[in-house]
Amino acid sequence: MSLVTPEAFILGLSALGSALTMVAAVGIGLGQGFAAGKAVESVARQPEAQSAILSTMLVGQAVAETTGIFAFIISIVLLFVNPLVGML
Amino acid sequence: MHDLNYIGPRIIVKFDNGIYITETVFWGAIVAVVLIVLALWCANNLQQAPKGKQVVAELVVTTIYNLVVSTMGKRCESFAPYMGSLFLFLILGNMLGLIGFRPTTADVNMTFALAGTTFILIQYNGFRTMGFVGKLKHMAEPLPFMVPLKIIEDISFPISLGFRLFGNILGGVIIMALVFNALEYVTELILGGVPLIGQIPWLQAVIPLPFNLFFDVFEPILQAFIFTMLTMVFVSMAVVSHAEHE
Repeated sequence: MSLVTPEAFILGLSALGSALTMVAAVGIGLGQGFAAGKAVESVARQPEAQSAILSTMLVGQAVAETTGIFAFIISIVLLFVNPLVGML
Repeated sequence: MHDLNYIGPRIIVKFDNGIYITETVFWGAIVAVVLIVLALWCANNLQQAPKGKQVVAELVVTTIYNLVVSTMGKRCESFAPYMGSLFLFLILGNMLGLIGFRPTTADVNMTFALAGTTFILIQYNGFRTMGFVGKLKHMAEPLPFMVPLKIIEDISFPISLGFRLFGNILGGVIIMALVFNALEYVTELILGGVPLIGQIPWLQAVIPLPFNLFFDVFEPILQAFIFTMLTMVFVSMAVVSHAEHE
């Protein structure tokens, strides 16, 4: 006699897994903050190049964000369109 | 505001033969029609000395041309119309959350269609400027065994481009839905017993404005800019690398 049904077990562990996936956000936070800090430094050194530095920084931060977006999509898939329940 | 139990775009019309129209297609078509009408309205009755709506239209067009020339170089000026329409379409499509509808780009089909267009643009221009043999040579540029890596790089670029836009906008949609649901819940908690006032979620009136400002104004412009910028950079890389060969 089992205490939890298989569906409940899978859904619970999926919620846990989707939360753990978003640990990837730590890396993005560090990376984007580092890029922003360097951009501030270079604007302070060269205020006339501010617009070019700003657009370069934004594009770089967007590329750095990619891993976090993938993690976010995995956690969304685990929460809303769980493929594991169908495998039972 | 969206239902949190069903996260995808809703189906509006369903035909008998299994073809259906979702919110994304519907709002995408409306945004496209709005852009076309706006462009035609701005472009009729052009004067030598601009005034009124023509000043705004010329400002937008000049800004886009300057951005394209400064990013891609003078030789790629002919890409400016495509990049400009992509940018405006993405801004309007992302900002639909501001008037309470689902943004068109919170659907993976839309973002992947746009990313696929970018992919075709890059590959077509690479083949056109370098020729078939030149492109193959460019693929095997530092060392011949790098060819599989280059193919993976080419394919992974549109995938990450599409997922980046989709993830950012969908995250905004989900957070806005959470905020609205929480405010409704709090209203019920405080005023639940009062007969008429308790039924209306009063707290949803002003409190979500800062969230709206970030997720429906700032983020759409930023993501549209980033999508257009990355497209421009990669297309210009495909075109300019030809000049280095000669």
